[in-house]
Amino acid sequence: MSAILEIQNVSKIYGGVKALQNIQLLVPQGQWLAVMGPSGSGKTTLMNIIGCLDTPTSGRVIMDGLDLGSLSHSGLTAIRRESIGLIFQEFHLISYLTALENVMVAQYYHSLVDENEALEALAGVGLKERAKHLPRQLSGGEQQRVCIARALINHPKVILADEPTGNLDETNERLVMFILHRLHKQGSTIIMVTHAPDVAAHAERIIVLEHGRLASDRENNPVVSQPSEQKSADSRAEELNQNQKSEESFLAGTMAAV
Amino acid sequence: MLLKMVLKAIGRQRRKHYLIALTVGLGVSLATAMLGVMFDVGDKVNQELKSYGANLNIVPKGASMLGELYQTEDTAAEAENVNQENFIPEKELYKIKMIFWAYNIVDFAPYLSVPVEINGQKIILTGTWFNRHLKLPTGDEVDTGMTALKSWWKITGSPGDDGDTSGLLVGRDAAGRLGLKPGDSFSAKAKGKAVDLKVRGVFDSGGPDDGLIFAPLSLAQELSGQAGLVERVEVSALTTPENELARRAAANPGSLSRMEWDTWYCTAYISSIAYQLEEILPGARVKAIRQVAESEGAILTKIQLMMILLTVLTLLCSALAISNLVSAGIMERSVEIGLLKALGASDLSIMFLVLLELFLVALIGGVIGYLIGLGLAQLIGLTVFGASVPVKAAVIPLTCLMVLAVTTVGSLPALRSLLKLEATEVLHGR
Repeated sequence: MSAILEIQNVSKIYGGVKALQNIQLLVPQGQWLAVMGPSGSGKTTLMNIIGCLDTPTSGRVIMDGLDLGSLSHSGLTAIRRESIGLIFQEFHLISYLTALENVMVAQYYHSLVDENEALEALAGVGLKERAKHLPRQLSGGEQQRVCIARALINHPKVILADEPTGNLDETNERLVMFILHRLHKQGSTIIMVTHAPDVAAHAERIIVLEHGRLASDRENNPVVSQPSEQKSADSRAEELNQNQKSEESFLAGTMAAV
Repeated sequence: MLLKMVLKAIGRQRRKHYLIALTVGLGVSLATAMLGVMFDVGDKVNQELKSYGANLNIVPKGASMLGELYQTEDTAAEAENVNQENFIPEKELYKIKMIFWAYNIVDFAPYLSVPVEINGQKIILTGTWFNRHLKLPTGDEVDTGMTALKSWWKITGSPGDDGDTSGLLVGRDAAGRLGLKPGDSFSAKAKGKAVDLKVRGVFDSGGPDDGLIFAPLSLAQELSGQAGLVERVEVSALTTPENELARRAAANPGSLSRMEWDTWYCTAYISSIAYQLEEILPGARVKAIRQVAESEGAILTKIQLMMILLTVLTLLCSALAISNLVSAGIMERSVEIGLLKALGASDLSIMFLVLLELFLVALIGGVIGYLIGLGLAQLIGLTVFGASVPVKAAVIPLTCLMVLAVTTVGSLPALRSLLKLEATEVLHGR
């Protein structure tokens, strides 16, 4: 499988603090990678560099064959727009726009606004019925799913999820992980920062950072659902795609399945 | 989508946007009022100053300039020595209202002096038009004369009447010296002829005119034997303040280039109006009463400078206030702006979004401010000048420019901080 992301000897120094030191990483296309580590280990710095929100002090980052170091400020902006989908721990939805409009904002800055496509994306995360709701009218889990729909709307090459379940309760955490599982199955490359081992357990590869260094890099046997659960999850996914089920039944059903 | 984002953002930060609109509105209202008055103040002040007398004096070429320059009173002996070359034909005076700047000629009045003897005392009787109705060859009709020209005179009794050929207006000092009061009839002698006269009114000019007697021009012409002639004409004209070009032209019109000459000729400088009057009255010399003209110019320049300064200061204050409000708004929305950057919005597109939002609010504030400004201008016009200030079309584009300038200048610091804002800092709290 070809590499979608190649990180070569990347270091990042803030003032005198070495946030990242000589990181080497190769991420194949379609891989679900979990980045773990204690606070201050450099997880978010690494995500920012991969997400073109920051630049390394030294080393190279190559995404889909393109050396990010060779790009200008506007070039990096274009990569963020075209190739990366960001999922935040804090959701970061625009408070005065509806769920649908929050998804459409990403469309607007990418290409053309298509309300039907945005509705489909919301349906994909089980929120079609909540499309006209403002963020404050949504639960944390729902906000995170809007955030996921926004990240997916432009079909990014890499999905970067920074503590996607960090602000969610157990029910919503399972729901979000279910959606990420489905995305992974559809072939998306997911790089997910988390400090929670049970969340990282869903990834097929786990790296651990300590003091800005790569402390471990191992393959993982992802959490596999029981056949009955799998069936149930699949049927839920189908329900989501067909937009037939109400949000409540979707939640209740998924909870029962997990 | 953009408009939706802008309108919803405006709705969300309603209070801040109200304040921005209010700030722009206040600045624009004051600036509009100042500009409106400034554009009109020239005419208004000119009209005010016109009530204090003429600013041009037309005399025959052959007449001595000395008396005119220094405003000395003619003596009876000098008046007796005048000859035909020292007069202007009365029938040509209508031409004064036919020069290029005819509409700037507010009033004019001819004069003809004749020494008379009343109650054994010699005194100058001056014939004039009190209020003459003229029909011009152009079809226009005008009323002109000394009554309007000397509008500040306080008259006891009746005002002068051109139709009453024996009715006089007697100056306060002359009336005191001759023991005359309104309604008195008496006999006067001029060049050996006796004539019966009566006092229509006594005037108080507050100046040297109080020692004179004014009569209808026809009476003075009859007494002096100068039928159809006048010896000088006072003209009150609305003028543009003198500048370097006008001063050079006044000294020597021949020194101007063709373009300068055209500019000077087509501007209502007192010197160009004087020049045009001389063109139309070849036998006359036109002297500007410099003191009046220069006072007008100085007052106008000072008033206009003050208004420009006030306008600039007002707009600067608005820009400062807007700067604070917009900066605070950007700070408040830093996460949102960081998010847009993270989603791939370019700095330019985010700046466009913020500016569009701001300009929409400023436009609303500007329109309201403009309307209030028009009202303020009327208030100033009515309070200070006792007349309304006409709406000048030039104020509208100027107001638009002001809104644009104030908003742009006010938002510059905020835009700078917007450009500097790092998505990582606001999204991850780094």
